Amino acid sequence: MSSENQDFNKTKAFLIDMTKCTGCRGCQVACKQWNQLGAEKTEFFTGEGYQNPPLMSEYTFTRIKFRDYEKNGQNEFAFYKEMCMHCNEPACASVCPVGAFKKTKEGPVTYDAERCIGCRFCMVACPFGVPKYEWSKALPLVRKCTGCYSRVKEGLKPACATTCVSAITYGNREDMIKEANKRIAARPEKYLKKLYGSEEAGGTSVIYLTALPFDELGFKPVTKRPLPSYTWQALRLVPGIFLTVGGSLSLLSWFNHRKERIAKEEEQRKSGATPKEES
Amino acid sequence: MTAAKIIANEIKGYHRFVQFLIVLVAVGALASLARFVFGLGVTTNLNDTFPWGLWISFDVVTAVPLAAGAFTLGAIVHCFHIKKLEPLVRPAIVTGFLGYSLVSVGLLLDLGQPQRCWHTMVYWNPHSPMFEVSMCIMAYTTVLFLEFLSPVCEKFGYHVPLRLLRTIEMPLVVAAASISTLHQSSLGTFFLIAVDKLHSLWYNPLLPLLFWISAMCAGISIIIVEATMSHKYMGQPDEGELLETLAKILPWVITVYLTVKFFSLFALTQGPLFNRPGLLVLFIVEVAVGMVLPLFMLMSRKVREDGRLRATAAWLVIAGIILNRFNVSMFGMEAPGTFYYPSFIESLVTIGIIAAHILFFVLIAKYFPIFEHHPETVDYSIPDHFHKTEKGHAHGAAKA
Repeated sequence: MSSENQDFNKTKAFLIDMTKCTGCRGCQVACKQWNQLGAEKTEFFTGEGYQNPPLMSEYTFTRIKFRDYEKNGQNEFAFYKEMCMHCNEPACASVCPVGAFKKTKEGPVTYDAERCIGCRFCMVACPFGVPKYEWSKALPLVRKCTGCYSRVKEGLKPACATTCVSAITYGNREDMIKEANKRIAARPEKYLKKLYGSEEAGGTSVIYLTALPFDELGFKPVTKRPLPSYTWQALRLVPGIFLTVGGSLSLLSWFNHRKERIAKEEEQRKSGATPKEES
Repeated sequence: MTAAKIIANEIKGYHRFVQFLIVLVAVGALASLARFVFGLGVTTNLNDTFPWGLWISFDVVTAVPLAAGAFTLGAIVHCFHIKKLEPLVRPAIVTGFLGYSLVSVGLLLDLGQPQRCWHTMVYWNPHSPMFEVSMCIMAYTTVLFLEFLSPVCEKFGYHVPLRLLRTIEMPLVVAAASISTLHQSSLGTFFLIAVDKLHSLWYNPLLPLLFWISAMCAGISIIIVEATMSHKYMGQPDEGELLETLAKILPWVITVYLTVKFFSLFALTQGPLFNRPGLLVLFIVEVAVGMVLPLFMLMSRKVREDGRLRATAAWLVIAGIILNRFNVSMFGMEAPGTFYYPSFIESLVTIGIIAAHILFFVLIAKYFPIFEHHPETVDYSIPDHFHKTEKGHAHGAAKA
């Protein structure tokens, strides 16, 4: 959580225009090459449609999801590039007990494998279902898209954005949103008049343009409020509650014990008995 | 005779049931060994869709409120000064200490990198409920351990540490209640981040408060069940009269819980409530059978005075809270059309943990003065000087 009061307009963001995607999956290959991810044994139609691998996993940080539909009596494909959204205020970073996730000032949300204790809270918290686990290992860690931070901090574009011939643009977040709105204005008949990622989860560093409605392509419906605020509204009360409960119980017991002691002393004085210890 | 032989002979003298528990614990230990040899993926039914399963839902999220008796009773007896309940405090502390130790075991098994658990103490992230809960569990297990030292010192007649423990007793009770308030509620905060995942029957901003209140219900019910069973099966003294008092407190706590629950359900919940029939049934069972029914039972004097009916009502509350925790952490989190069930090895480990709890409780009660603790021999007023410990108290307690 190093991201408070950060100006997200200047962070780097992806603009992914799904109408320009051809489904070549060059991004998937480039991602595996740069991040040195192992191959997965795949078969056709083990997932929902034509996509392969069927799901993101510890070996696959991004994948193109295929959706076939009919347009003017013709079979058509629509695509959705699934990847880490690099939220402005990431849920994973807020719930991680050891702070292994960090929103960098460049934009990507990075993961520190040296810190991670493997509790999987990030996987429960992420509204997009991005962090994946090394289920094959005895002492597993979490894996996810790094936003190619190692490239971005040296001034390069991420591997997928570099490879993609048509659909991915990479630059400052405010410029990407401006560009997206310009494209919608220029060809209103082609685009859905909404952006995915400009407000989702409080804003992300991946902005999508599509032709089909989001839910049909497999985008998750996500709250517009930054997720960390949901837990923080309870957690911020913790020190206060601790002091209130501790303080009032201390007072209460001090009062009750004093009452008892006074009563006992009174009784002793009345009966004139000697204290117990000396009897 | 060698030490091993003495232990073997001692075990041979145990009741069949206790020997059976030892077998279950051993099987559970072997199963957890398998988790480290073959990995989480092979031994559990967890996957990227269900990252948390039985071990989190039961061993952590459910076991923590079930171990809440220690802090609840400690506060009732020492802070609210209902002193006659004192004889129930020690068994509750032993239950709490065992419960939390086993929660730590369960948590360590579930972690991908258990050898790094100390990282939480070094890399603080106060925004994380998990950080808060793990710090609290470590602190509270320490507090319970110190409270548990009292009967141990009595057993061996260590007078000086006993006197020291007596001095810090009140601060420990207050610390126990405040720390418990924090982490019992923060277990609810865990699920506040699951905005679009946890079903709106359970998701609402007051979830942490509900977790805290229901933990107190669970704590009181566990004490009732435990005292009834240890009287019935272990020949311990009958505390029926004291349990009646507890059974009088319990319906009040349940009423507060239900009020907050229905308020948050109808006033603060966003999203549809009736779109998932299966979940609706679970919710109704949880509230009706697990809370409303025992509430009405305990409101009648006849039930409170009858040991068997009282224990039944307490069992219902416990069942209701177990179901509630599973609803929140497992069933309510499952997307429509998906289903998780624990693997064989996951189940063996959890059964082993439950068996270990009962086993250690029976053994501790066998060897340490847990139930024989007679508070009338002890002066519990805050010591204003250091001479309050009665001489030969340990022997007095053992004799009585």
